[in-house]
Amino acid sequence: MSGGTGVVRTHGLTKRFGHVTAVDSVDLDVREADVYGFLGANGSGKTTTVRMLLGLVLATSGQIEVLGSSMPAAGREVLPQVGALVEGPAAYPHLSGRANLALIDATGPGGDRRSRRRRIGEALDRVGLASIDDRAVRAYSLGMRQRLGLAAALLRRPRLLVLDEPTNGLDPQGINEIRTLLLELNREGTTVFLSSHLLGEIEQMCTRVGVLDGGRLVLQDQLSALRGPTGRTEVHTPDVDLARSLLDGTVEEHGDGRLLVRVPDVAELNARLVAQGVRVTLLAPEHRSLEEVVLEATTSGTDRFGREAGTP
Amino acid sequence: MATELSKLFRNRRTWATIALIDALPTLVAVLLALTDPGPRPGTGPAFLSAVLTDGTLFPLAALALVLPLFLPIAVAITAGEAIAGEAQQGTLRYLLIRPVGRTRLLVAKLGAVMVFVVVTVLVVAVTAYVVGVLLLGDQTVTVTGPTTSVSGTAMSTPELVGRTALAFGYAMVCMLGVAAVALFFSTIAQSPLGAALGAMMLLVASTLLLPLDAAEALHPYLLTRHWLAFVDLFRDPILWTDVLRGVLVQAGYIVVFLGAAWANFLTKDITD
Ligand SMILES: Nc1ncnc2c1ncn2[C@@H]1O[C@H](COP(=O)(O)OP(=O)(O)O)[C@@H](O)[C@H]1O
Ligand SMILES: [Mg+2]
Repeated sequence: MSGGTGVVRTHGLTKRFGHVTAVDSVDLDVREADVYGFLGANGSGKTTTVRMLLGLVLATSGQIEVLGSSMPAAGREVLPQVGALVEGPAAYPHLSGRANLALIDATGPGGDRRSRRRRIGEALDRVGLASIDDRAVRAYSLGMRQRLGLAAALLRRPRLLVLDEPTNGLDPQGINEIRTLLLELNREGTTVFLSSHLLGEIEQMCTRVGVLDGGRLVLQDQLSALRGPTGRTEVHTPDVDLARSLLDGTVEEHGDGRLLVRVPDVAELNARLVAQGVRVTLLAPEHRSLEEVVLEATTSGTDRFGREAGTP
Repeated sequence: MATELSKLFRNRRTWATIALIDALPTLVAVLLALTDPGPRPGTGPAFLSAVLTDGTLFPLAALALVLPLFLPIAVAITAGEAIAGEAQQGTLRYLLIRPVGRTRLLVAKLGAVMVFVVVTVLVVAVTAYVVGVLLLGDQTVTVTGPTTSVSGTAMSTPELVGRTALAFGYAMVCMLGVAAVALFFSTIAQSPLGAALGAMMLLVASTLLLPLDAAEALHPYLLTRHWLAFVDLFRDPILWTDVLRGVLVQAGYIVVFLGAAWANFLTKDITD
């Protein structure tokens, strides 16, 4: 495993609501500069975990450490360095977006008054709301509210961003913008903890993945390690039949313009194909998809993981 | 606290409530001015008969008018909304992760409710004074002109002002009791309406039990039992017993319900 200090660590984190065990001895390990993807089907306990990290829900048992201090005891020191979006944005509906940000900035520590206007402007700019007018938030679309919530999370330039399903309610273009923004923030040094039930979203932007299934953390590793090579080589060619007859015995799977071959020497394979007039359009090591890894680790069926936005 | 105040007073509903409360005594003043003679002495709300002879006394009559029903309901709604309203809106979780300490938030909310009461009472008093003088006439044109106490003896203006201040202070303590009850319900209810209803049920129950002889054992402890005791502050000499009892009962409610609200809110899972 690669180095880096712990930004979020939990040990045996458990939460029971009556008879329901929502979160079951979870050991999270999020490191500095990670984009950590917290993946889980609906009802798997993502939001409950996030709420415990932030001190909103009190754990039944287990320890939580955020930015090196114990939560919820050290909330006063820790939380000003954390920006969060928990289960959807919230705002005072009768106030404008700007007024909402000013109000939230004025509550609690760390919202320096003199720089407030500038920071609000910057945050709105970052989330793509620079041109909002004085309309009350009541009139905002869900997408705009989501962006406003994100702007509120960015007001104090947090070291850690905890985002629970931040792309809910956004259109594909909005999702793309948010993804770009988060990667940009991450490059500037912000650790991002992102929960989602969308595999594709996590696969596209995270460096590290934790998978929650029925309240248990069934998988946690670097995405690159999870998506390790399978040892097979993927060959794309319009001449599938010719290639198959040439590579008889080493072809493990084949399909529409595509073969999966197990050979020790890929360079030799390429030379052989080209020499025999097979037109190769792509030759690459096969990687496991995150979907395969996740399905292997979880007991739940495929249908519980949405592949794309809009299909939960 | 400052942000709580700004939230409360930037909400149009707050001002609508104040205006509504203010409308009642104004209406009564108009009616009194139009219908002559008014209620016979000894009947009707306190001070109403005295008011007919002196419009400057009308603020006190106004207080007696709004204290039993309008003001406590407004307080129940405002305090009931304090926590449950933020929770329903989803803003509670964002407040708490700023972070705002849970104890601090409760205190700030209570403080804001009390400022709301002060503003409301002041608005009512000022309006009532103006309306009273305009519609019911001003006996005390000269500053030293005597006013009669409820007991029939003369009272000087400074004394009257002092006693009026005492009466408004007493009303504040009563409303603090209501606020404590509503704040408690606000920490347990799912919705602000539920919290306000909870507090109002207690008010209504207390009001209903008062005339009931069978509930006599409960009477000394009822929330609304001594509310109108502020009238005693205008007797000569001042009749302190009921006022003091009233303060004690309110203090009891404040301690018990604020304590319960605090204990509940401090250990509560914020899941909305
Ligand atoms: N306040 C609550 N009371 C009882 N059960 C709850 C409560 N909050 C969440 N749960 C249960 O805990 C489980 C996890 O919920 P949640 O953390 O919201 O999952 P996710 O965010 O992954 O969709 C669910 O089974 C849910 O029913
Ligand atoms: Mg959730």
